[in-house]
Amino acid sequence: MSIAVETPTDKTLVMSRSFAAPRDVVFACHTQPEHIRHWWGRGNPLDVEIDFRVGGKWRFVEHADGNEHAFRGEIKAIDAPNSFTWTFEYEPMAGHILTEQYVFTEENGRTTVTASATFDSQADRDGMLESGMEAGAEQSYAALDAYLLKIS
Amino acid sequence: MPDQIDGVFSALADPTRRAILARLATGDATSGELAGAFPISAQAVSKHLNVLEAAGLIVRTREAQRRWCRIVPAQVRTVADWASQYERLWTERYDALDTYLGQLASEEES
Repeated sequence: MSIAVETPTDKTLVMSRSFAAPRDVVFACHTQPEHIRHWWGRGNPLDVEIDFRVGGKWRFVEHADGNEHAFRGEIKAIDAPNSFTWTFEYEPMAGHILTEQYVFTEENGRTTVTASATFDSQADRDGMLESGMEAGAEQSYAALDAYLLKIS
Repeated sequence: MPDQIDGVFSALADPTRRAILARLATGDATSGELAGAFPISAQAVSKHLNVLEAAGLIVRTREAQRRWCRIVPAQVRTVADWASQYERLWTERYDALDTYLGQLASEEES
């Protein structure tokens, strides 16, 4: 099962993916530290602090290849187990804040998560691009084709 | 980093503009050739080309009375990179979540 990505506006990126699990479990996996630490680090050790209430802060530190990558934000809205919204900041790029809304829908025992990420500005989007996420390898027109297919 | 990135996602949000870009990815074309390749008016094609040009995704040049359109790979790459990096992180994260959910389910059964 792969992620679907759309770019409905010039400051938004929408991703969706479905999981073979009930909605309350998938919601808990996104919001409870004892679950988050098992997957959010993509297999890397992860320190998790999250005060999951509106106005509460969160901070995750991923330990990868001897480096620490810290992410943080604030919970903005909660409608468990339907949705939540938080802000997202990569600490080396502090001040460049992304708002992410996660929506959980369940059908036939499968849960689809739709995450909408909205950037405040062009500068923030560019910051994300330069934020230490590894630069992609040499891209070619093949990448354009793949990209265009993905968003069509 | 190309500096004209504003509007680039909305430029790509339209299927005709994506089709025009996909056509230009195979080689330069004149406005007339592009107009002939799509079932819409020449004016409509011209409007789409204006949007793509303003977003820095294509450039137009004039040569011997003909206007050539050329894709700007650096700009297209910037957008594709941004989206693919974000997507790649989340693909890895959600693959890990999928595995974890499987573990939770099997713990529940045992």
